[in-house]
Amino acid sequence: MSTVTILTMDAPYESANSTTALRIVDAAIRKGHNVNVFAYEGAVSYSVTTQKPHQNPVKGTSVEEERHPNTKDWVAALLSAAEQKGVKLDWVRCGLCEDERGAFEQVPGTRRGSPADFVKQIASSDNVLVIPTK
Amino acid sequence: MSKYLLIESRDSFEFADVGYFYDLADGLARQGHEVTLFLVQNGVLPARPSARSERLARLSESGVAVLADEFSLQERGIPAASLAKGVRSAGIDRVVDLLAVGSTRAVWH
Repeated sequence: MSTVTILTMDAPYESANSTTALRIVDAAIRKGHNVNVFAYEGAVSYSVTTQKPHQNPVKGTSVEEERHPNTKDWVAALLSAAEQKGVKLDWVRCGLCEDERGAFEQVPGTRRGSPADFVKQIASSDNVLVIPTK
Repeated sequence: MSKYLLIESRDSFEFADVGYFYDLADGLARQGHEVTLFLVQNGVLPARPSARSERLARLSESGVAVLADEFSLQERGIPAASLAKGVRSAGIDRVVDLLAVGSTRAVWH
């Protein structure tokens, strides 16, 4: 078992980086690794609980038909998957970043922190992947 | 000899600096390092046989493991069986496996 730290900083729904970051976290948990996530800048919005799925008026589909995925559900599912697998998922949100964005209502099990926590995550990790914005 | 994981998320047709990332992979491999170039998101687009795919073939000949993310290929309708010479499809698990080896140095572009 290894511990991997991933920093992601794209806001959800803007870049494929978000999907890829979540896929890497998912794969690492499935393989039995501990994962640290540092959600920086726009990425603090991954876990905002007030996100809602929407209908698609262009296609004429309902909320149920559209099955629009929200990242807050993915984060909650990853926390649940880690618990079931018996590994640790430490999801830290940059506090100043969420203050700037008013991103206050957050998925339980994630925690507010600072770049100092990212340094601690690095120190406790076997490896680090930083996914920067373009 | 060190292990390097270079993750390319950009399309070389859109971003000219992708070529520099390929240069990095090539240089590291020529110095004897174990290099994996993992193409993801729009980074898989040059993996289609095209004017830009020859560069990937040359990297493979230099000893770079050139992999294209299966999910990104599927999203873009690129069959894994039709990839350019030197490129193989791989799951995102491969990234995790390399990251789990603490000595791997990972760079995202």
